[in-house]
Amino acid sequence: MIFFFIFAVIAIVSAAGVVTLKNPVHSVLSLMVCFLQMAALFVLLRSPFLAVVQVFVYVGAVLVLFLFVIMMLDIRQASMTRFISGGFSWIIALLVILVAEMVFILSRSKFADMTVATPGRLDGTVKEMGIALFTKYLLPFEIISMILLVALLGAIVLGKKELR
Amino acid sequence: MVPVSWYIILSSVLFIIGTAGVLLRRNILIVLMSVELILNSVNINLVAFSYYHQDLRGQVFSIFVITVAAAEVAVALGILIALVRNKAALNVDEIRTMKG
Repeated sequence: MIFFFIFAVIAIVSAAGVVTLKNPVHSVLSLMVCFLQMAALFVLLRSPFLAVVQVFVYVGAVLVLFLFVIMMLDIRQASMTRFISGGFSWIIALLVILVAEMVFILSRSKFADMTVATPGRLDGTVKEMGIALFTKYLLPFEIISMILLVALLGAIVLGKKELR
Repeated sequence: MVPVSWYIILSSVLFIIGTAGVLLRRNILIVLMSVELILNSVNINLVAFSYYHQDLRGQVFSIFVITVAAAEVAVALGILIALVRNKAALNVDEIRTMKG
């Protein structure tokens, strides 16, 4: 339980840092800390395979891609611009409505005393995940691989020098 | 034993922070990072319910969410590079037209 508090507090603080920090490089590093805390939470939730996937895909691939793009573009002029644009009162109102909605729904929910249904049955190991992915969820698995292939081709086409 | 409602509260806090980032920041890179934050908060919910119901479906769907997020980032950063190369605009207020 103490581990949950540590991870949750660090995750929330670093997620707030993503939004509030001025330099995009600092935002990416803060997001990296947040994702590592989420991987630790996945370990707490007995799904180590998902934690490894989180570390590999997000921290290893996605955030490195973000850092690469930030380093490639010239961000000095962009990070010197105004932090928050004008006319954001309706955005604040929208956020307040969203927070009130979340609080209302969570206060009415019945999840507070929910415990594990049948403990010890599921471990989230690679074996269980592989069996589930290749038997019951084979069609979504193949569709997701096609989506990745299409995204790869699209990124290559968009990244070429001349769009002709 | 951590009750599942704490995971839901943590996930909703992260979701609201991500939404605030999408709505308040004008830097397009920060907006993309906030979208990633939103997707990850949903992942926390999925994995928490998967653990508390002892059902593998939540973890499988969270793997699908991670994959879709990775594809989205690849395409979005490609679009971003093309956009900056053509117009030199990183601010979402300056991007008004879809012509390259």
